[in-house]
Amino acid sequence: MPDEPDEPARPPAPAPAPRAPDAPDAPDLIEERKRRLSVRMRAVPHNTALAVRMLDVTATEVFLELPYDPKLVGDPDSGTIHGGAITALLDACSGRAVFAELDRPVPIATLDLRIDYLRPATPGRAVIARATCYKITRNVAFTRAVAYHDHPDDAVAHSVGTFMLQTKKGTP
Amino acid sequence: MTLVERMVAAKASHDFQRLIAEVPYAVWLGLTAATQGDELITTMRYSDHLIGNASLPAIHGGTLGALLESAAIFELLWRAETAVHPKTITLTVDYLRSAAPIDTHARASVTRQGRRITNVRIEAWQADRDAPVATANAIFLVMRG
Repeated sequence: MPDEPDEPARPPAPAPAPRAPDAPDAPDLIEERKRRLSVRMRAVPHNTALAVRMLDVTATEVFLELPYDPKLVGDPDSGTIHGGAITALLDACSGRAVFAELDRPVPIATLDLRIDYLRPATPGRAVIARATCYKITRNVAFTRAVAYHDHPDDAVAHSVGTFMLQTKKGTP
Repeated sequence: MTLVERMVAAKASHDFQRLIAEVPYAVWLGLTAATQGDELITTMRYSDHLIGNASLPAIHGGTLGALLESAAIFELLWRAETAVHPKTITLTVDYLRSAAPIDTHARASVTRQGRRITNVRIEAWQADRDAPVATANAIFLVMRG
């Protein structure tokens, strides 16, 4: 969905590196990006209501965490959180991944988001989302994301999304 | 009673809202459902914690996705001859317009009902039903007992 423009532009992105959250090249750049994305995310009331927090940012990926909360339960018999909360997490994480790729601040809007639900989330456990913006053009950004507990290869859900860039009033 | 058993009871008493009250996430989002003629309309009542963009302001896309998915599940539970809880396999949302900070409504219709798989199309709108803010297609696993 529509989101406000990013803060001042970051320098050009470093060459994409294989995922190495513990040893990113250009650590200062990445720390700065992480700080900016965290500030931006806290400005989104629904993300705050979900208590979503920025976990990590690498040269190519953004990681968010959704803590387990009884208010998010979709199946009271099992305590499993509702798919809608996973959708909100993946949407938020995918949008952050687009912002991380932008060279200058522009508003964006989700065009479409497809979610595959692979298995129920485990009751009582936080869900982590990892998103990457794998292609960006003048008008459109393309994202992939997974939601998981321990390892992205054992995912709860997978998503692909497209985002419109440079929207006015947040509409596609 | 399980959720499905409570659903059967709620359906028998024509009190669908009682079923929604059993789902914490639906309560937190502010979902209500009511029949209008032969349609089941699910409504997400506006509240400030649904906002995704404070400067527009606009409702968070994730909550619209949750409304669309919930409307589909309610429709399937409402129609179901046999009590089974549908499992969402895929949900594909098209975001058409910025959603204003007001109530949002959704209506689901089954496009194909198979023995194991049900395809559902959902539309969400605000003031003008002919100008949907989002539409979705969802596929559910519905194993019949």
